[in-house]
Amino acid sequence: MSTLNHPPENPDIRALKGRALSLRRKMLNMASGKGEGYIAQGLGMADCLAALYFHELRYDPADPRWQDRDRFLLSTGHYSIAMYAVLAEAGYLDETELPTYGLNGSRLPMSTFDDIPGVEIVGGSLGHGLGQAVGMAMALKVDGSPARVFCEFSDGELQEGSTWEAAMGAATFKCDNLVGLIDCNGIQADGPVTVKIDPVADKFTAFGWDTVEVNGNDMEALVSALANARKQDGRPKAIVMRTTPGFGVPTLMARERAHFVRVDNSEWDSLKAELEKENV
Amino acid sequence: MSEALQAVGRTRGMGELIDVEGKVTEIAPFGRTLAELAHERPEIVGLTADMGRYSDILPFRDAHPNRFFNVGMAEQNLIMIAAGMSKAGKIAYCTTYSVFITRRAYDFVSIACAHSMANVKIFAGMPGLVNGYGATHQATEDINMMRGIADLTIIDPCDATELKQVVRAVADIPGTVYVRSLRGKVPVELGSDYQFEVGKAKVIREGRDVGVISTGYMSARARDAADAAAGQGVDAAVLHVSTIKPFDKETVLSFAQRFDRLIVAENHKTTGGLATLVVEALYEAGIMKPLIKIGLADSFFECGSQEYLEAKYQVDLPHFMRAIVEGR
Repeated sequence: MSTLNHPPENPDIRALKGRALSLRRKMLNMASGKGEGYIAQGLGMADCLAALYFHELRYDPADPRWQDRDRFLLSTGHYSIAMYAVLAEAGYLDETELPTYGLNGSRLPMSTFDDIPGVEIVGGSLGHGLGQAVGMAMALKVDGSPARVFCEFSDGELQEGSTWEAAMGAATFKCDNLVGLIDCNGIQADGPVTVKIDPVADKFTAFGWDTVEVNGNDMEALVSALANARKQDGRPKAIVMRTTPGFGVPTLMARERAHFVRVDNSEWDSLKAELEKENV
Repeated sequence: MSEALQAVGRTRGMGELIDVEGKVTEIAPFGRTLAELAHERPEIVGLTADMGRYSDILPFRDAHPNRFFNVGMAEQNLIMIAAGMSKAGKIAYCTTYSVFITRRAYDFVSIACAHSMANVKIFAGMPGLVNGYGATHQATEDINMMRGIADLTIIDPCDATELKQVVRAVADIPGTVYVRSLRGKVPVELGSDYQFEVGKAKVIREGRDVGVISTGYMSARARDAADAAAGQGVDAAVLHVSTIKPFDKETVLSFAQRFDRLIVAENHKTTGGLATLVVEALYEAGIMKPLIKIGLADSFFECGSQEYLEAKYQVDLPHFMRAIVEGR
């Protein structure tokens, strides 16, 4: 059990890119069924999620509460479309459930809740993820568990003071079993990120984290950064990921207001066609 | 010298109760009991946000240093870390002042803890009017705030006896619990036969004439006032409602029906706390009786000694006596 999904020596980058494409397809299908959604952020995160779930993380979909599983915390609950896609791809969810995304009575609402198999926390109230990841990392250390904790949070969330309380805590408690995955996509609800956030990497370095900055849509770079984050050197790890909202679908990549996408039914088909054309 | 400048009362340890004279007390019942319990329950961890000394958790730290974490002055992080530890299998007892938990970390208690039924047990220091540091340190609306959180259990213990039982009981109460903790020299008020049960109100003094419904250490004061009032021919009963949520409506209603007049007493504002719960329950049940609320007005409260503040804001023993004996 403990070797389940343990990272192989030589990651198959081509296969991981294929997983990312599969995730993007799932997300577009979900968004088109609902007619709207946080699709741009999801498409931007697809490469990271593929690298995590099909290379780096140890988990068992048949036993979602396995005590020594690696934890992935999605702090930005509105990225749920990406979370459900990867949970289906990994075997936690039945793919036939995905079309219920965001519909009344669905188990898969537009923000994530932890009653869904494979979801660790209630996301959505921003600034909640990293602190809980620190707590999990601390508890796992107390128990001597080999499990690690991976927490996604966004550049927009860096405006929440609680994120910085947690960042200090992670270094104070030497959480080298914690990896922060900071999705810097440059957008938030009202448009571009409002507050001066950069230099993000320098800030985390100053807070005591071992930090690298990568193109978050470059699979080789992501896999390499994740490998570096396995170091047990007393420091929490931060991977600052520069992602492009809507990555893989040029019309969405060019869209000025990408935080929440609502388009006509006919347009979803053309967006799906763009994805396939990009990945020929 | 004006009334406001009179030297009434003395400075005590932060948040210690004043009803200790002539009474048996125990030192730090919370931390000592937690330290004992943690020997039996290895999954217990203890946390504070720079309020270890003033929450009485230091006996736990000394007994279990590898399971104790001081996260610094960061109450949001305290609750997030506690939630995260609980989701990795721990029972997280965490401490700081009530004001900081409730006013600053509310969203985190609600969503990171209660919504997930996280095994987080919050022992909140200095609830109500138990210090003279003014509104910044006086959690006089905490019950009102915390009642609004679904799936949260709220307990307001009376004394050292009950607090010790609560420390043990909450380990087995599913989900998140908010306890209005007592610290320092905590009086022993309840008899050795008292048994805390979550969600159950208990009669701690029988009587015929007046029904007092109270919570927290105000229940001990109510009983003291009732004892004194008996000498003036009024026999008051006291129902101690230590669990605020879930509220034991059934026991409160059957108790209330026995008396011609009622008093509700709490170390909290009279809006949004026990009095509001009782009045709602009575009205819904069609029970209309004269009722006096002993508690704090909807205000911010000034600095001063505990005796001075309690007299000024009419929650001291003489005001209890007046309510019981004179009905005003």
